[in-house]
Amino acid sequence: MELSRRTLLKATAISMTMAVAGCKKKEAKPSGTEVAIAGESTEPDEWKSTVCRFCGTGCGVLVGIKDGKVVATKGDPDNRSSRGLNCIKGFYVGKILFGKDRLTKPLIREDKSKKGTMEGFREASWEEALDLVAKKLKENYEKDPKSIAFWGSGQQTIMDGYVSVKLWKAGLLNNNIDPNARLCMASAVTGFMSTFQSDEPMGSYKDLDEADVFVTWGANMAEMHPVLFSRLTARKIANPGVKLYDITTRHSRTSEVADSVLVFRPQSDLAIANAIANYLIQNKKYDQKFIDEHLQFKAGTENLGHSFKDDYDVTDGKDADKVWNITFEEYKQSVSTYTFEKAAEISGVPAADIETLAKEFGDPDKKIMSLWTMGMNQHTRGTWINNLVYNIHLLTGKISKPGNGPFSLTGQPSACGTAREVGVFSHRLPSDMVVSNPEHRRYTEMIWNLPAGYLDPIEKPGFHTVKMFRELGKGNVKFLWSMSNNWGQTMPKLNRYRGKDADGKGVLDGFIVVSEVYPTKSTELADVVFPAAMWVEREGQFGNAERRTSVFEKCTEPPGEAKWDIWTLVQVAKRVLDGKMIGNKAAFDVLFGNIWDYDKNDLLEDGHEVNSRLWAEYRSFTNPHESTNKEIQELGKKLKLKAKQMAPYEEYFKQHGICWPVREVNGKWVETNWRYVHGKQEEGYDQYGVEEFGTVGKYKDIDFYKSDDHRPSVIFRPFEDAAEIPDAEYPFWLCTGRVLEHWHSGSMTRRVPELHRAVPEAFCEVHPEDAKALGIQNGDLVKVVSRRGEVQVKATTKGRGNPPKGLIYVPFFAEETLINLVTLDCYCPISKQPDYKKCAVKIVKA
Amino acid sequence: MKGTGLFKILIGGLAAYELLGMMKAGNKTVLRPPGAVDEDEFLALCIRCGKCNQACPYDSIKMGKENLGFGIGTPYIDARDNPCRLCDDYPCVNVCPTDALTGINNVYDVEMGLAVIDTKHCIAYQGMRCEVCYRECPLIDEAIKLNIYVKPDDPTHAVFAPIIDPEKCVGCGICEERCVIENPVAIRVKPRVIKGIF
Repeated sequence: MELSRRTLLKATAISMTMAVAGCKKKEAKPSGTEVAIAGESTEPDEWKSTVCRFCGTGCGVLVGIKDGKVVATKGDPDNRSSRGLNCIKGFYVGKILFGKDRLTKPLIREDKSKKGTMEGFREASWEEALDLVAKKLKENYEKDPKSIAFWGSGQQTIMDGYVSVKLWKAGLLNNNIDPNARLCMASAVTGFMSTFQSDEPMGSYKDLDEADVFVTWGANMAEMHPVLFSRLTARKIANPGVKLYDITTRHSRTSEVADSVLVFRPQSDLAIANAIANYLIQNKKYDQKFIDEHLQFKAGTENLGHSFKDDYDVTDGKDADKVWNITFEEYKQSVSTYTFEKAAEISGVPAADIETLAKEFGDPDKKIMSLWTMGMNQHTRGTWINNLVYNIHLLTGKISKPGNGPFSLTGQPSACGTAREVGVFSHRLPSDMVVSNPEHRRYTEMIWNLPAGYLDPIEKPGFHTVKMFRELGKGNVKFLWSMSNNWGQTMPKLNRYRGKDADGKGVLDGFIVVSEVYPTKSTELADVVFPAAMWVEREGQFGNAERRTSVFEKCTEPPGEAKWDIWTLVQVAKRVLDGKMIGNKAAFDVLFGNIWDYDKNDLLEDGHEVNSRLWAEYRSFTNPHESTNKEIQELGKKLKLKAKQMAPYEEYFKQHGICWPVREVNGKWVETNWRYVHGKQEEGYDQYGVEEFGTVGKYKDIDFYKSDDHRPSVIFRPFEDAAEIPDAEYPFWLCTGRVLEHWHSGSMTRRVPELHRAVPEAFCEVHPEDAKALGIQNGDLVKVVSRRGEVQVKATTKGRGNPPKGLIYVPFFAEETLINLVTLDCYCPISKQPDYKKCAVKIVKA
Repeated sequence: MKGTGLFKILIGGLAAYELLGMMKAGNKTVLRPPGAVDEDEFLALCIRCGKCNQACPYDSIKMGKENLGFGIGTPYIDARDNPCRLCDDYPCVNVCPTDALTGINNVYDVEMGLAVIDTKHCIAYQGMRCEVCYRECPLIDEAIKLNIYVKPDDPTHAVFAPIIDPEKCVGCGICEERCVIENPVAIRVKPRVIKGIF
């Protein structure tokens, strides 16, 4: 046989393959599930327990330390929320510490004309930067208390948030403090408060192990809560009858696993939820006894219009949160117009598909878990859709019991723990209390050692987030301090808040302080940048979606001169409260004396000690019975503050996180997995809550003891359309969101080389037929244009998400693709949370 | 005899391999642009004009240097560095003046290579929610699918294991580029150059 050139070449290929197979290149040690931070594995001296820096799942992460440096990370099997699992972000979380451009020195802006860029700054000493910030804060505050504002975060630690609240509300007697959680969880909060008068879910992640039916309402759990979705999926595949219904505006990775996908026209989830309730009533599929013993019915203000204008809150939207009692018959009448056919007409979802889902709710033997995130919360009727989903679960009694429950998934690591639980909101105080309630103020005064009536000046809520930035844009807010967030990228209608629009110039003129770890679109707009310690560079606490409070140990020192935010807050407090008295004592001493080292004239050096003392103080809000002050005991009991009972600080280290309310049982601190239901505390039930504040033995062993008259409300809410609807000029819906690989604005995850490699750039998902009609090919650069702005982005017609015709999807993580230049800042009139999920745009080939 | 023939071929092949090694060529199989005909024909047909390289809007197509041995001057793609994006209109194929790159009407005609997962190093196989290759695959749910099963050591969680459908994978290499694991990369595209020899 002659070897032709052809066979020779083929043979070469085979031989090469064999050769390669035979002499394998030297490989690194299998990575296992442990990440070596520097690329080479180093055996750590010790492992410390922490929680992931990113989403609201709250996965445990063990951090390996050698010589004071973070050298490795791995999942924490003892964390009861995640049991050792992480997603790819949590897998690489250790690497967020090591971006090359960490901020390590305070920066002061020299050249105001360069605002909007990272130019025009000079490095400064902490002393100079702190003095300057305190001076500006004091100046503006004295001129006009309404001209100062603090924008916090669901990514601050619980104690960072607590100190922020205490400084602003008690120190400065000012309610212009709000968190980025307003952009993320506010509708969930107002949903909880209006239905239950108590924030945060009754169930827990354990429900994922027991439900027969899962319903995702506007939640792409597969990407946004990957570890929880793994748990849901395990339940589903191990039990073939278990079903997942995905109610969504775009076919996502979650839809791919679902049994039924209901793709609805944006905003029409309101009609679908009402149609399900109507079916239950018309067919008598509700739980009559549950209604009789546990529920009340309400209606609320309708025809709310939309918050395009800055004065909306005092005009059209002023009575938006009013509700009043109605009878069951009246509720039945109101909801009766929502037939399957009508819902199908409004939503575009086939009536039969809605009916199938409704029948699941109507089946008394099925345990159903509803799960939602931003699709429901970032919604101009966000509070309403939260109410409507509760309605369905309440009417059928599918709530509070294992496997049964409406469950609001949280976006941020501590939106629950920090923003909500310590009250970093313009209307809130710690532990579910609000500024407008005199008894809540009084209780807070007692815990904070303030004279009676001292907090009366903060009776009226301050600026919520959109209002705060609108006022900043108009020049009415002149001092803004933001911490652990990135508003320069994540606020909607961004041209205004980057000072480009006529009514946004105040952003350029105002004095802006940004506490940050890396340069961001927000530090570009700052006058002073405080370099912050991040994640495990200090000890901290996060509270996740299932009410689990977890601590993370300090693992390493922050780089350069970066400092813990509490140090910065207290240093500013020391300066700005100088000379201010509370009664006959210095205000600073009253508020922060317990964490101040008077010998060194500085914050106590031991961060754990600072956290411990702050926690003990915060914890006293929820443990009135431990107080020696009789008034605290009595008022605390009346306000049922023990319903949020927290454990002593050290317990959280021992247990790797505990879900509140935490009860002391035989010397052990035991968590609660299902609130309001009586059963053994050791088995996760709310034994002590029901025994103390409710009645044992009511129907289904439930007593909603935090609700008015112990009865949550079924509230009728109609369908009202979106703020901006596609038309001939702007024919597409724009939906924005995240991808699994990146966290929020990408300031951390894009500095992790592996995550940046995984998803290096933003994209615009377009339906193939829409793309074809517009002459757009896969990978073409397109312009997404709205009435507010435009952005260029690459189109994809076959991505991880597949929008229906007429809708496009763009993620917001990439700072070079500022999709928020395009979005709209209309918000839910009750929660004040803006809607990032729908506005009208056009797309043109760039 | 068939057996002898194959033996001869292998001997010849090894000889050629050694020869190339002596030329310090470090010869290896490479990914060719979409539409590349079988490797030997490709080498014969490609006139090393570089037009495909110029036409590629992503600069994915590189021109082989001495490291490609006989393939010096021919176009190839280093998937880890810059994979093929599977343009809708395949400009590289369209500009090819010979039939070295040919026959592509749509993505399913492309047969550059086949992705292979190293399940020992892939963290998705250990239960981590990664699956970056799957989500980034331009033929998601076709070329890469998920095999979802209960995690053997933890029945409360599921494993989302990416698997390749060899019938559908076109070998563009995007998965290899995006894989978050290094040393070794947990998914690699093997060029389909030996197709059809047996």
